[in-house]
Amino acid sequence: MTKSNSDDTKIVETPPITDTMQPNRRQAIKTLAATTTLAAVASTTPLFGRYGQAQSAEPIKIGFQVHRTGIGAAYGRWYNRTTEAAVKKINDEGGINGREVQIVAEDDGTDPKRGAEVVEKLATQHGCDIAFGTLFSHVVIGSAPRAGELKIPYFVVSEGHHVASGMLNRYTLQPGITDVKSQVQAMAPFVNSTLGKKVTMIYPDFAFGHDHRDYFSAAVEAQGGKVVAKIAIPPTESSFTKYFPKIPRDTEVIYHVMVGPAVLTFVKEMGEFFGNSRPEIFGFIDSLEAVDLASPGLEFLEGTYFWEGNPRYAQANQSDYDKAYRAAVGVDNNGASISDSKDVSTYAHMFGCWETLHIVKAGMEASGYAGADDRAKLIEAVEAMTSIPHSYANPQGAKEFNGKTHQTFGHQYITRVENSKLVLAHTTSIADTYYPDEVDYTTQSF
Amino acid sequence: MSEIRKSWGLHIGVVSLLLALNFILPDYHHGNLARVMVLACYAMGYNILFGYTGLLSLGHALFFAAGMYGMSLTVQHLGWSAGPAIIVGLASGLAMSLIVGILSLRTAGVAFMIVTLMFAQAGYLAALYFGEYTRGDEGFVIQKAARQIGGIDLSDPMNRYLAALVLFAVCLFITLRVVQTGFGRVLVAIRENEERTRMLGYDVHRHKLLAILLSGTMSAAAGASYGLLFGYAGATFASVQYSIFPLLWVLLGGAGTVLGPFVGTLFMFYLIDLSSDISTAYMLIAGLTLVLLTLFAPQGLVGELRRRTLRWLP
Repeated sequence: MTKSNSDDTKIVETPPITDTMQPNRRQAIKTLAATTTLAAVASTTPLFGRYGQAQSAEPIKIGFQVHRTGIGAAYGRWYNRTTEAAVKKINDEGGINGREVQIVAEDDGTDPKRGAEVVEKLATQHGCDIAFGTLFSHVVIGSAPRAGELKIPYFVVSEGHHVASGMLNRYTLQPGITDVKSQVQAMAPFVNSTLGKKVTMIYPDFAFGHDHRDYFSAAVEAQGGKVVAKIAIPPTESSFTKYFPKIPRDTEVIYHVMVGPAVLTFVKEMGEFFGNSRPEIFGFIDSLEAVDLASPGLEFLEGTYFWEGNPRYAQANQSDYDKAYRAAVGVDNNGASISDSKDVSTYAHMFGCWETLHIVKAGMEASGYAGADDRAKLIEAVEAMTSIPHSYANPQGAKEFNGKTHQTFGHQYITRVENSKLVLAHTTSIADTYYPDEVDYTTQSF
Repeated sequence: MSEIRKSWGLHIGVVSLLLALNFILPDYHHGNLARVMVLACYAMGYNILFGYTGLLSLGHALFFAAGMYGMSLTVQHLGWSAGPAIIVGLASGLAMSLIVGILSLRTAGVAFMIVTLMFAQAGYLAALYFGEYTRGDEGFVIQKAARQIGGIDLSDPMNRYLAALVLFAVCLFITLRVVQTGFGRVLVAIRENEERTRMLGYDVHRHKLLAILLSGTMSAAAGASYGLLFGYAGATFASVQYSIFPLLWVLLGGAGTVLGPFVGTLFMFYLIDLSSDISTAYMLIAGLTLVLLTLFAPQGLVGELRRRTLRWLP
């Protein structure tokens, strides 16, 4: 029997030896002979040797809902690379419960309708044990009802607040990446104390931007600061010059979360508007994931600050865990692909795939997961997790998982652009990211 | 056997076949077919306007989304049950198509396409703008408890399939009946020669408006049902790509044929699904197939069948 304690190490309980189990000499010799034969076979059969403890030779199938096309393609490509690296590591270390892990990837086109179809396909066509890896919130929200109906555990890597808000269901979990609500509110103390108290927010006029507007406004005001203007920019906008005059003159900090291809224009036009006398500027790296900070037009960002889920550039205090993770995924010290320095990763988010897969492994091993019938046990095992230490399995940092809300909480990083590189300026505590529970999924039946 | 009897026989046969498939299809295809049937209703609605009346709209997502939001927002914010909410979805689609119809029918040809596209874009942006209620692009889940009509749980696979089949059968038979009546023939006449139809004394504007109302309401029924059966509503369904989809499905299946929209929707679904099993470059495979089909079966699958052999197909 195998179970897991809070720091996800395995404890093996040995059954007590009874009289009937006491071997006599003849049985012992027979067992020894059989074991020797098996060992000889195993030594000539690499797979058997590697996954020798498996009760079933069947691989564990992890359905990977990947944004290969559509607006999430840049993220999807790096989520894919991270997932493949994590699975290789897990398999090299003996798989899960001694079984090989196999990834079954399906493109969802970053579309909620196709997303739901993909979850169905992974569950019913491919016979996957779990579904995993979705990033964009609308795809998660469109797919989660089907995951709940099909009773397949759905491990998302989305950073949306949808899981913890209670909108989804018991089968949907987010144990490998923090959510936007906790990220945003954890920025308020640093922004207020270091950059300034009067903040103008510039955000896209849709759900992602509205989340930032609402959560950050509340957090900054709780810290004694004030949001002096909220400038919503319609998603169809391609030029931003008419919005900058709306920024009040007494603004001390600009908080921006623009996304999409227009972000380069946004930064360039903001630079032209302010010239050399700009307020402090703070943004979310989501805008510039997979974008080289040395790109023409981004010079204006020099000296500004960013939230990063995980620092893109290897920092002075880089942990051995980050070093090993970076090497395994094939990312250099500047956050770009080892094989192509222009191919910049989505480093602030993609660690979530790596960490989620390790949590799935821990959960499956803790619950003795053997097949689809044990899905509920797997979810209960993950719900029982609390402290997750900083480790090779969790290179971004320590986490606290909340089993009731199915959401993890962790450190956030604030970096400053210095010579077109992001240098760590502040690391938040995990406590900075907490907010009251909004749901208790454990009260829902399976 | 008269052509009308043959037509009814064929379409009742199709519905019966779909009913039989409910009991034998494996889970995956069972779920897919339920979804395809709902989306085929959207395509059938589109076909009434494009295939039979000859009006090419690039903004039908507006009607689909009107149905979806009309249903889901009343469930989400007013706590209404699914039955009345569906009626609100239909009413939203009807009202939206009346407004769009009155205004857009002042134009014709390319201008009609652009005006409908602009209306749909305005609808999409409105869904984003009122994010406080709609959750914009992210959308929201229609909870399982709310997805029941008369105690029937629509999240159950069997119930979902049968509900989709009922909707499909209603839309199919309405379309079939419409094309057999004088009203349907006037629509075809408008498509073929609008001036001549007017000269013959028909009120072309009124017929076009009625076609938009029927088309928009049927699309709204599909939108409302999709939200209810699959538990999600979001602004993606109001975006321009969801205006292009029914055009594609109808063209593939056969514009101006009753079964074409269903065949086109089914074909497109499995083209994407099966080609994605072959290669990650599945869009290339799908694209090439569509080019070949357009070259060699320009009237769509059912349209080609009608041209070659079954000339009585409605």
